[in-house]
Amino acid sequence: MCDTCGCEDGINPVRIRRPGEPEQEHHHDPDHTHNHDHPHSHGHHHDPDHTHSHGHHHDHSHDHSPHSSEKRLIRVEEDILGKNNLLAARNRGYFEAKGVVALNLMSSPGSGKTTLLERTIEALKEKRPVAVIEGDQQTLNDAERIHKTGAPVVQVNTGKGCHLDADMIRQAMDQLEVQQDSILFIENVGNLVCPSLFELGEKNRIVIISVTEGDDKPLKYPTMFEHAHICVINKTDLLPYVDFDMEQVKKHAHSVNPKLQILELSARTGEGMEAWMAWLLDLKP
Amino acid sequence: MHELSIAMNIVEIAVKQAALASADRVSEVELDIGTLSGIEYESLEFALDVAARETILEETLFRINRVEPVAECPACQHLYTPDGIFSHCPECKKDGIRLIRGTELQIKSLLVE
Repeated sequence: MCDTCGCEDGINPVRIRRPGEPEQEHHHDPDHTHNHDHPHSHGHHHDPDHTHSHGHHHDHSHDHSPHSSEKRLIRVEEDILGKNNLLAARNRGYFEAKGVVALNLMSSPGSGKTTLLERTIEALKEKRPVAVIEGDQQTLNDAERIHKTGAPVVQVNTGKGCHLDADMIRQAMDQLEVQQDSILFIENVGNLVCPSLFELGEKNRIVIISVTEGDDKPLKYPTMFEHAHICVINKTDLLPYVDFDMEQVKKHAHSVNPKLQILELSARTGEGMEAWMAWLLDLKP
Repeated sequence: MHELSIAMNIVEIAVKQAALASADRVSEVELDIGTLSGIEYESLEFALDVAARETILEETLFRINRVEPVAECPACQHLYTPDGIFSHCPECKKDGIRLIRGTELQIKSLLVE
């Protein structure tokens, strides 16, 4: 099993691919170590006649001191997410060097993320270059939809994984042709819980909800709203048909994150898209 | 189930630290996990069990300290125990909190032999 992404090698690997191309298996970062260091004793006997030079270094992790069975306390005090944060910082440096603004889009399944992206890419055409990383557990469906808009896109299938992590983004970037000064939309796996803990190297976090969901979403999933910069409330064209209290959701969202900027829009009808576009076009790397 | 990714990171760090200390066995790993860190404790315990399989940590006891939250009011600097991530200051009643403790995700120490 792989440490960073939790994928089961061979059974359910993370796959990173582009629409219309043969798929490529998830290749692992050389730093990305697997936990196969099971304890075993090395019965290493030297044959006196057998002469050879030990030109390689053995990393034996056993202690030959007579006190090796004594208990010792090792102070570690290491952040569990330290490695992901380090990889995210590396991604951030790469994005800054290329003038790329990376946005991490998070929501529950069905909030209209992909439709919003399609409309946004259309509207951004000739104004600013765009690239997309699509995250889903399975299928190329979303990447194919984005591919039709003409924007460069890579699909990351996380298998059983419930979120994208910084290493997946780094690998996806190897396959993505991102122009200088692009906006990079990273559509995270549809899930309002897990992605909030994993930094990807993004500049901004955007949480998308739709009016067909409950207006207590910010209270139910506070971590997601706490760390977001923008909250898009999508499908406003359906407001007359649902019991969604816009003022209530804003109040809840601001109680979790007073600085959260809220944009109401309908990706389907285009209502409210101007404010969203203005915010995007104003983004500086 | 991001607890599985978290558990795997814990195991990876502990295995590395045990090797650095030339340890043959790791009897205990002590963890500080804040109650507002977004981790489900039971899921983490289950995930640690899975992640530790076939490693030097297979028999290890994972001691999880639940770190209770402490918040500071950004307006009046009053320290208090918040009832969640969204809480308001009991003194000045203003919304918005700054968490000082409660979001920890840290490996504290290893007890090795």
